[in-house]
Amino acid sequence: MLGADAMVKCLEEEGVNYVFGYPGVAICPFYNSILSSHINTILIRTEQNAAHAASGLARVTGRVGVCAVTSGPGATNVITGIATAFADSIPLVCITGQVNSALLGSDVFQEADITGAVESFVKYSYLIKDAEEIPRIFKEAFYIANSGRKGPVLIDVPIDVQNTSVSKFKYPQEVSMRTYKPTIKGHSVQIKKVVKELSKAKRPIICAGGGVLLSDAEKELRAFAEKYRVPVVSTMMGIGVMPTQHPMYYGMVGNNGHPYANRAMNESDLLIMVGARVADRAVSQPDLITENKILVHIDVDPAEIGKNVGPTIPLVGDAKHIIADFMEEDFDCEHEEWITILNGYRDTMGRVRKPDPAYVDPAEFIRMLSEAMDDDAVYVADVGQNQIWSCNYHIVKNGRFLTTGGMGTMGYSIPAAMGAKLADKDRQVVAVCGDGSFQMSMMELATMRQFNIPVKIIVIRNNYLGMVREYQHYTYKDNYSVVDLSGSPDLEKLASAYDMKFMRLCTMQGAQETIGEFLSGNESVLLECIIDPMDLVK
Amino acid sequence: MKKIYSVLVENRSGVLCKVAGLFSRRCFNIDSLAVGETDDPSTSCMTIVSSGDQRTIEQIEKQLNKKLDVIKVKTFDESASISRELMLMKVKYNKGNRREIMEICDVMKAQIVDMSRKTMIIQICDVPEKIKLLMDMMQSISIVEVARTGTLALQKCLETDV
Repeated sequence: MLGADAMVKCLEEEGVNYVFGYPGVAICPFYNSILSSHINTILIRTEQNAAHAASGLARVTGRVGVCAVTSGPGATNVITGIATAFADSIPLVCITGQVNSALLGSDVFQEADITGAVESFVKYSYLIKDAEEIPRIFKEAFYIANSGRKGPVLIDVPIDVQNTSVSKFKYPQEVSMRTYKPTIKGHSVQIKKVVKELSKAKRPIICAGGGVLLSDAEKELRAFAEKYRVPVVSTMMGIGVMPTQHPMYYGMVGNNGHPYANRAMNESDLLIMVGARVADRAVSQPDLITENKILVHIDVDPAEIGKNVGPTIPLVGDAKHIIADFMEEDFDCEHEEWITILNGYRDTMGRVRKPDPAYVDPAEFIRMLSEAMDDDAVYVADVGQNQIWSCNYHIVKNGRFLTTGGMGTMGYSIPAAMGAKLADKDRQVVAVCGDGSFQMSMMELATMRQFNIPVKIIVIRNNYLGMVREYQHYTYKDNYSVVDLSGSPDLEKLASAYDMKFMRLCTMQGAQETIGEFLSGNESVLLECIIDPMDLVK
Repeated sequence: MKKIYSVLVENRSGVLCKVAGLFSRRCFNIDSLAVGETDDPSTSCMTIVSSGDQRTIEQIEKQLNKKLDVIKVKTFDESASISRELMLMKVKYNKGNRREIMEICDVMKAQIVDMSRKTMIIQICDVPEKIKLLMDMMQSISIVEVARTGTLALQKCLETDV
């Protein structure tokens, strides 16, 4: 058995079904060995998207997403995808080929110091120098990626290590690392403190972040909110922790969130942040969430607590375990008055839009689309104005809402939707992007065709980099700089080049029928929606 | 506020770079950094002196603990530690100031460890303030070059120690 065979065997042991990647000489032994495995390989069209596709798959399955690329440019191309997964805490194992270990450091063809380059974007990285270490390192990598605060792990494997014979292969059952023991269970004293504050609070609120989804704690959160009648708001990464139309859910907070959600958070007297980083887009003024209120901060990563805001009660641990512990403490919680107030805010403080009937209104379109989507559908939002409209108007039923709220990497939606579709082929998966973000990933239409990955794609077209244009509208008084997207391809011709069904919607007339036809059947469709180029999210 | 971090790490290649990189990426200061193997060859001890406000100090400890090559972090004040630094200093001398240099060395408990007809090397091992003092005293003489180890520190002995 060669090192490369051992690598593939490790992936089999971990139950990996898909590897996204792009070969080159330095990773060829691995791609040769994988031919004799049941693991499917997906040839992505650019390495960055391999990481995004693995991210989409990881988010839907809860398992580690895997990508494998070659050395040098292959490895450096994947960095943006790794950084995206790191910012969003998505578990990935990223395998990179490397030049012969005897040549390391001599700047030979396609050599890049990838472990050095990704250091600040990975949870951990390995450079394997001894093929016998492969099983231990892979076991550790998968464990590290998908435990504690989840994130990407990179394994760099020189070609000679892949080609070395391994004397005996034994996949370890357990990981023993003296330096890594994530805290899962919350401290009972802290839990009691929170419960005490909850029973005293008049205006409690929970702000749920992506950590709740990563810890698979949606059910627990919902049960908790219902039992103790605690209202819930979410960050962008937390969208989907509760169905949008759940009576206890009050929308997304942040500078792009709902005004009523922000007001609810600011007026609370007890704020429980769970699995949220308190980063600038969700909480632009950290003092507002500590003023006149008790702040409880629950996170599995102790370094997040107190990083951006000092909480009254810090609570380190996994959201699922901690919420379950709250449920076991029986206490009374009485604040119907507060709920009535919040309901009033929700009913009266919605954004009022004045759409131009000559175009598709993205807000109304997204609302209609999500109502027509399957109950458990996966909606993948890209980055830009389309993302903010998606966050504000998409109605999550019992499905998932995926986007990159942490890094905000344009072009995320199509590859991530492909990963999500492969994770569960029976599930409806819709990627919604703008014409800018679409063009950052449109090469993947070929991958979709080649591997029959029927993702449904919507391009919200305004011929601008809309989010930047909107910023320039407000900040630079309409002095537009480098945001004009004219020159974009005819999407109908593009779809036909990839044998893809194409649809176009120019106004809201017939939107219902168009959406119905777009969603019907398990085939990929490209739907272009022409919106007002001057439309704003705010 | 000044703090000393005594960081026990895995003795592997790249670990120093990861720890130093963490400080630069998060805009934490490093006043000094000293690294060496411990009694267990699989671990190294890094002594890092850093300064910052309360939040920064707390973040440094948390971020260090987050690194998967870090085994243990101890944070303490200078006053709670025994700290030493070693400095070697080459100075140019002449007949006129030779006596003065030797007197300063005597007072400062520094030693002259090497000499030529024009230069000498002074060695001092002391607390960082004394090192700075000696440097100030020698400033008027003629320093050729200086090498310092950075602070090494251990927490003071406590009755509760194992």
